Amino acid sequence: MPEGQFKEGIAGDRLSPEKYAENFSDLHPPLDRHEALVEADRCYFCYDAPCMNACPTSIDIPLFIRQIATGNPLGSAKTIFDQNILGGMCARVCPTETLCEEVCVREVAEGKPVQIGRLQRYATDVAMAMDKQFYKRAQPTGRKIAVVGAGPAGLACAHRLARYGHDVTILEARPKAGGLNEYGIAAYKSTDDFAQAEVDYVTAIGGIDLVEGKALGRDYFLPDLVKTYDAVFLGMGLGGINGLRVEGEDADGVVNAVEFIATLRQAEDFSDLPVGRRVVVIGGGMTAIDAAVQSKLLGAEEVTICYRRGKEHMNASEFEQDLATSKGVVIRHWLQPKRVVVQFGKAAGIELEYTELVDGKLVGTGETVHIEADQIFKAIGQTFDLSSLNSTGSTVRLEGGKIAVDAEGRTSLPKVWAGGDCVGVGEDLTVSAVAQGRDAAESIHRALAAVAAAPVAVSA
Amino acid sequence: MADLRNNFVGIKSPNPFWLASAPPTDKAYNVIRAFKAGWGGVVWKTLGEEGPPVVNVNGPRYGAIWGADRRLLGLNNIELITDRDLFVNLREIKQVKKDWPDRAIVVSLMVPCVEESWKAILPLVEETEADGIELNFGCPHGMSERGMGAAVGQVPEYIEMVVRWCKANTRMPVITKLTPNITDVRKPARAALAGGTDAVSLINTINSITAVDLDTFSPEPSINGKGSHGGYCGPAVKPIALNMVAEIARDPETHGLPISGIGGITTWRDAAEFMALGAGNVQVCTAAMTYGFKIVQEMIDGLNNWMDEKGHADLDAIIGRATPNVTDWQYLNLNYVAKAQINQDLCIKCGRCHIACEDTSHQAITSMVDGIRHFEVIEAECVGCNLCVNVCPVEGCITMEPLAAGVIDERTGMPVSPVYANWTQHPNNPMAKVAAE
Repeated sequence: MPEGQFKEGIAGDRLSPEKYAENFSDLHPPLDRHEALVEADRCYFCYDAPCMNACPTSIDIPLFIRQIATGNPLGSAKTIFDQNILGGMCARVCPTETLCEEVCVREVAEGKPVQIGRLQRYATDVAMAMDKQFYKRAQPTGRKIAVVGAGPAGLACAHRLARYGHDVTILEARPKAGGLNEYGIAAYKSTDDFAQAEVDYVTAIGGIDLVEGKALGRDYFLPDLVKTYDAVFLGMGLGGINGLRVEGEDADGVVNAVEFIATLRQAEDFSDLPVGRRVVVIGGGMTAIDAAVQSKLLGAEEVTICYRRGKEHMNASEFEQDLATSKGVVIRHWLQPKRVVVQFGKAAGIELEYTELVDGKLVGTGETVHIEADQIFKAIGQTFDLSSLNSTGSTVRLEGGKIAVDAEGRTSLPKVWAGGDCVGVGEDLTVSAVAQGRDAAESIHRALAAVAAAPVAVSA
Repeated sequence: MADLRNNFVGIKSPNPFWLASAPPTDKAYNVIRAFKAGWGGVVWKTLGEEGPPVVNVNGPRYGAIWGADRRLLGLNNIELITDRDLFVNLREIKQVKKDWPDRAIVVSLMVPCVEESWKAILPLVEETEADGIELNFGCPHGMSERGMGAAVGQVPEYIEMVVRWCKANTRMPVITKLTPNITDVRKPARAALAGGTDAVSLINTINSITAVDLDTFSPEPSINGKGSHGGYCGPAVKPIALNMVAEIARDPETHGLPISGIGGITTWRDAAEFMALGAGNVQVCTAAMTYGFKIVQEMIDGLNNWMDEKGHADLDAIIGRATPNVTDWQYLNLNYVAKAQINQDLCIKCGRCHIACEDTSHQAITSMVDGIRHFEVIEAECVGCNLCVNVCPVEGCITMEPLAAGVIDERTGMPVSPVYANWTQHPNNPMAKVAAE
């Protein structure tokens, strides 16, 4: 019987414990002090800096880098947290190559941007290692706000509301807070249980009651929240995934990539995680890359990403694509799934059809190719699960299958705000969710303050 | 290949790069390594009079300031003159000179300000067959408190007196090393000339405190919690040194007096600049102390290539070439108009030119044009100050372009005059000497 990497089918224990540890160690190890100083020296302290404008949370990047360069990492961390209280995780998971670092003038000048993400991690690591809390809760206002979902949007919203002295209850469906920071994201981007450390750091401000294992639409309903609380923030993630809609999709071995990633993040021992010897991932975004790379790192012998359009159309950044190929993943383009080949109830391969663009429309050419696979990951997009929301009471207006919000994060319902992946604006990034949660908190605070101020205005 | 041979007041060396009197020239071991690396000459670290050797501090002697990536920009020191026995030094000088006859060895001297002391040491140095002596009138710390070094160099009458004693008591060429810790460097240079010096060398180091330790509140370098001003040198002092060299070179009283240029010389380019302003050769210390003796290879090669490229056959073709172009402000042509120009292909859009101009100067650079990030000079506001050029991180991206005569200067609305006119002729100058009068 073949052992380890060559075990047929879906199996765990493919690698040595040392190899697992090596494969899932920090993708970008932290900069040490000297490295951080050298890198910080490269920043030109631009005027109206492009990096700052590219950041969804508008962190004052030139300022925080200058603070690192002058030996003031705590000041630097505060500059970051002022705009983004999840600056530690964003430093690890932001696709900086398509945000701040893409527009760094050093990228223009020499093709080598200042490593903004790693500098941000340096500063936030210093502050978090010292458990330095920069914000004090204001005098309690007595206002109560429910935050649904303890992901990046919910945490950012809760922290900002707590700063203003409001009492926040976060209701989280899963057993742990953190959202995709805890259950999504490749393991090598968030090592040492960082997501939970960050949840603790954020909630340490006080005034935040975190309730886990309570799901909207199952354990409680939106109208109840609206009745009980002064305001509600909806910060749910995307519960559903798109299906392949091909024959054989239900066979054993055809797996939801999002679930695979979540299981991997929660694993105590990577050798317990079964993975196919030959893996095919269908999709072209970050989920596809994370599933493919981690399959490879778990010991899969062959991993192929199949995407129905070209390289330039992939949602995954060039950096992520290169990362995947550097780990031995093969990326094939212009292929769409046609049929899962099933033997004895299990996936044995996938038949794909070549595609092309005709007059701007994607069409199949009729030619097909067969790839052997014992495990097939579906990573062709996630959907917002409406059932949790509109099953009872007044309905929230939707837009493109997600919650419709205005520029401040207000939904169509009074007293209800929303942000993060469940809303129809912005990119589905941690950093965008943080910005939306934070801005919604500001809007909620303004609304509550206006209500509180109203009697004064009347008496005057 | 250009001829780099140097003849400085009769002292010959294969190239104009000497090591200055300093730690790198304190003993034969270092000097031999320097000669092997290619240095044209050395000024042996300052000898004092016979007797118990000088004592140095036993803690940090150097302080520094740094630029980006911890590049050393300025160094200071509180080291004294040689702390080795006089006769050991003299023996080594003699041996090294014998072994390296083609290299220049000049001996730096500092003894008390009485004629007997100088009379005593000069024959001892002559006996080594060294090529000349350099009078250390510059050292700003320690020795100056004992009436030597800068304490002499700051009083022109003392300079003249000591130089005269030396000229009267030795056949060796005398180079007088000047301190920059004075208000007008021409005064000590004139005094040295009056005393009969063969040449001056400058600058010695500048009084300085490089930093304060904010935990202990001790100045740096710190000796048991206290600090003393030290001598500042390195790239940071080059502009000060260049000016002082030029001041002496263009002073009618000292014009033609040979100058050995010192002060922050790090590359061939620095050396060429000193020589163009009138230095007959150059002395280097900090660059060697930062990078080792090998840097002289780049200096020799770089100078050579530049001279070949420009068709300068030998050092005489470059020495003093820039001196006539150094003038007083009042003689600068006020009808010369230049405007900044930003090369859009080279611009990386950092915006530093804009913010420098906007916040601190003339509001003459855009940041946004038609809603797009774009940096462009507004000629009607630009006074041609050059600040944008200096803050731009891309070399050659912003240039100062002179306006041709006849072209309208958008700032003044007036055509550029082809006529040279300076402040002495300007109508706003109450002292203007009007030619017609």
